[in-house]
Amino acid sequence: MTKQNLKLNGPDEQKKLLAATRDGFGQGLVEAAESDERLIGICADLTESLKMTEFERRFPKRFVRIGVSEQLLVALGAGFALAGKIPFVASFAAFSPGRSWEQIRTNVCLNGVNLKVVGGHAGLSVGADGATHQALEDIALMRCLPNMTVIVPCDSEQARRATLALAELDGSAYLRLGRAKTPTLTSADTPFEIGRIQTFRDGDDTAIVACGLMVGKSLQAAEELAAEDGIECSVLNCHTIKPLDDEAVLSAAEKCGAMVTAEEHQIAGGLGSTVSELLAQNMPVPIEFVGVHDRFGQSGESEELLTEYGLTVNDIKSAVRRAIRRKK
Amino acid sequence: MNHTHNESSGEMEILAVRIRQDIIKMIHAAGSGHPAGSLGMTDVMVALYFRILRHDPKNPDWPERDRFLLSNGHICPARYVTMARAGYFPPDELLTLRDFGSRLQGHPERLRLPGLESTSGPLGAGLAQGAGLAYAARMDGQDWRTYVLTSDGEHGAGLHWEAVLFAGKNRLTNLTCIVDRNGIQIDGPTEEVMPLEPLREKYLAFNWNVIEIDGNDIGHVVEATELAKSTEDRPTCIIAKNVPGRGVSFMENDHRWHGQAPNDEETEQALAELQETERELTMNVD
Repeated sequence: MTKQNLKLNGPDEQKKLLAATRDGFGQGLVEAAESDERLIGICADLTESLKMTEFERRFPKRFVRIGVSEQLLVALGAGFALAGKIPFVASFAAFSPGRSWEQIRTNVCLNGVNLKVVGGHAGLSVGADGATHQALEDIALMRCLPNMTVIVPCDSEQARRATLALAELDGSAYLRLGRAKTPTLTSADTPFEIGRIQTFRDGDDTAIVACGLMVGKSLQAAEELAAEDGIECSVLNCHTIKPLDDEAVLSAAEKCGAMVTAEEHQIAGGLGSTVSELLAQNMPVPIEFVGVHDRFGQSGESEELLTEYGLTVNDIKSAVRRAIRRKK
Repeated sequence: MNHTHNESSGEMEILAVRIRQDIIKMIHAAGSGHPAGSLGMTDVMVALYFRILRHDPKNPDWPERDRFLLSNGHICPARYVTMARAGYFPPDELLTLRDFGSRLQGHPERLRLPGLESTSGPLGAGLAQGAGLAYAARMDGQDWRTYVLTSDGEHGAGLHWEAVLFAGKNRLTNLTCIVDRNGIQIDGPTEEVMPLEPLREKYLAFNWNVIEIDGNDIGHVVEATELAKSTEDRPTCIIAKNVPGRGVSFMENDHRWHGQAPNDEETEQALAELQETERELTMNVD
């Protein structure tokens, strides 16, 4: 059953409130900028796509347009950070961190500066733009870097809250955003804390650990499994990939004895890897992965692609059943 | 604190030749490092720390200080020695260069040594950070200036030119890029590996002010930065032509000394040559 203390939106409301995580980022950025004048925005020629238009309108002197130059985006931002600014530097995830990784490594992480990398249009759900623009590797690229926090919000409202939290975090971070409009699971009253997993649903049979738009799909899968087979799943919203909430993952693994991860990313290096690394060493329960299996994306409608690549509610249900079968 | 040092030009030349001796000793002791670029840029380092920069070695985080970024981080021995001589840290720490636990890392790390401004080594990223600093200073109405030292070889990096475009567009008059134009990179002469000429015209075309100088003449370096300060509508690039390996006959203009430490015998010879130069300069000053 759904946990009440997190004040999630009701099922009908969730489906009515359709928005993309990039929308929430755009709102959060304006709110954060209102309370901290050190905050600036830099964008590599994708101002509207990243929903930074309102920020630019409200704070024109604190917004820097740089054109198509993703390496500059990060290195320039690092310079601003060295001067005491808090830069949010944004592009599509395929280009930043895709193209700007070494600048993030050297000029940001090793340099110890307070800068937030914002990667939009991540995942297959970008849709028609095709494989070049569908970042499926960005979590892996970011989570291996020391001094880097990695956030994947589950909906637009959470993206807003995450943006506010990141503006207050003294350190470098990556915020992963999507283009597709998805149900808004969380409400303005849902708490958000970096590094703290949210248990959206409680159950004893399997724990589903998900991030991004797969959280909503995991909740639906859990409800269907309960109704169809009497299988009760926990659903953990792992919005912070790094630092991972070890305690919450381990306690869910102990309680359920099996785990499924669900992400819109390559399994290699992503959430599935992150959770496996922890479980393998501390609590080796059966684990199944829902994610992209070492393939590039392609053009298509969002849902059509998620089906082709095995990222549907049914895929999660099958993974849960497999995980349960593997329990001793 | 402005111009904490007031050495005469003769005294600064003597200082530079002493710094060169320390550079040779450090790289020899470390067993690896980059002597040619370090020796070539010693005069620029002396000009920066003893004439040009508004800084306070005892207060490296002073908010109103000028920012000096070393983009070609591999010539950090020249910066380390000059910083020590300027009073940032005790000179006896210099021989720890590249040692385990040393603050003097093989390539400079901001978080380890106060006063470095930024971590560098991977080439091409210094000017972009400098542009961010310069833009931020202007946003806040601050009058401190940003200086970025870049190598000629790193002009092969696309990121550097992204920053050149950006600084030109935004008329960052408070930004000065000094090019260590010694004509060599690891694989050979720059004009053979990837020609940069006409370099002056390239910067001009990107809406920069360009000044060409003898980078081994401390007076020229100081004069050029003064001209940069009076340029009102664009950033300035100072192309500092210099002799790599300057002061050590067998290292001068030889790209093989880009990244190689001298052995015992070579060290002895290099130091003897530099000491002889120091004696001559001292006689002239006296």
